Amino acid sequence: MADTLYGAWLIARKDLAIEFRTRSAFFSAVIFALLGLVIFYFAWDPTAVTVTDLAPGVLWVIFTFSGLLGLHRSFGVETDDHAIDGLLASPVSREAIFLGKAIANLIFVVVVQMIAIPALVLFYNLPLGHIAASLIGVAILAAVGLVAIGTLFSAMAVNTRLAELLLPMLSLPFFVPIVIAASQSTAKLLTGRPVAEVGAWLKLLVAFDIVFVALCTLAYPFTVDD
Amino acid sequence: MSSTISSGGPPIVEVAELTRVFGTRQALAGVTFSLAAGECLALFGPNGAGKTTLLRVLAGLLRPTSGNARVSGVQLPGGALARSRVGLISHHTMLYEALSPRENVLFAARLYGMRDARARVENSLSRMSLIDRGDAPVRSLSRGMQQRVSIARAMVHSPRLVLADEPYSGLDDSGARALTALLGELRAAGTAIIVVTHNLAEGLSLATHAAVMQRGRFVRYDAAERIDAGSYAATYREALAVG
Repeated sequence: MADTLYGAWLIARKDLAIEFRTRSAFFSAVIFALLGLVIFYFAWDPTAVTVTDLAPGVLWVIFTFSGLLGLHRSFGVETDDHAIDGLLASPVSREAIFLGKAIANLIFVVVVQMIAIPALVLFYNLPLGHIAASLIGVAILAAVGLVAIGTLFSAMAVNTRLAELLLPMLSLPFFVPIVIAASQSTAKLLTGRPVAEVGAWLKLLVAFDIVFVALCTLAYPFTVDD
Repeated sequence: MSSTISSGGPPIVEVAELTRVFGTRQALAGVTFSLAAGECLALFGPNGAGKTTLLRVLAGLLRPTSGNARVSGVQLPGGALARSRVGLISHHTMLYEALSPRENVLFAARLYGMRDARARVENSLSRMSLIDRGDAPVRSLSRGMQQRVSIARAMVHSPRLVLADEPYSGLDDSGARALTALLGELRAAGTAIIVVTHNLAEGLSLATHAAVMQRGRFVRYDAAERIDAGSYAATYREALAVG
């Protein structure tokens, strides 16, 4: 277990170093998120829909799609000169490779979220106040599940000719239960509903995270062992 | 043709009736050989003969369809233990272009659990004359320099078996000499080596054994003392003609 976690950390650190040098996926994801906020803002009629009703949908649409940009890049860096062969021929386990990729993707998605949430507050004049910490918690919980699914499908799609099309087609149906739980939690937090109501959705998010992380970690070796 | 020629010592590689099928195509069709510590097998053959497939099976990147393969006594696919004993040089560099040679090789050293990783990295880079370019991004290096980094990466954990798939591709004379010297030293230190090359002279100069592959089989397999460069060239040309 310690070896797996150490291997995962090495791989995550390497992926983050590459992203830090190139910043290609990061800038794409941030620009996408900000553009999404702007487009929704101009399509929004504040006299018909309140900001607290609109914000959960806006947030989770931009989180979902901006995250996909980073997830596609995740295994893309391994294909450039068959670097994935170097990883697979090394003694680190397949599970460590998956977890390393997922950790790097999680950090990527969370950083994009931490830029998008203040931007939403700024654009929509949304009073987050005391629920900011809870909202960040929901965002991170949902990101864990999204990243687990997206990382697995990124590994499956990367060697296909239609990888950019295939990744969202495979991932989005599996994202739906997580996005529903996350947007419901966000909506209830923003409208000041009792904690017990939010708690039920949070438990569902935690359950999804556990199931998806476990299943995707176990499934990953089957996508690479030929 | 199967061969069990070996010049003594416990075998590092033992392959018996190894087959690998892709769909309806048989890439390996019953390959048998063994290689002891310090021995070097030069593998020749036309494109598609199964050379790279054989190396990928031994590197743990492909599962054999049938037959047996052992590396350092570990049955393949043998997980982390078997993979930790193998160094793979491919015609793909397997490098991260955004990272420097030093970072690429250090990453590999850590993946292989080397405690003295930094010292090993400097030694590997030095052996391939890369110290001066150690901090430049790999993408800024020429193909030949990238190949040197790839070789340094494959050697950093002192593997017991080196699998080299066209390792001379892209190397200039100086790089090729450095590689030949390195492979010679590894052999002397007891590392077993399998080299796939299309250059007969290069391959035979290193080899203790040589084989010609064709359609997934060894059509010729000889120990060094029986290798005749002229007859090998003829067999190789025939294999190329048949494909």
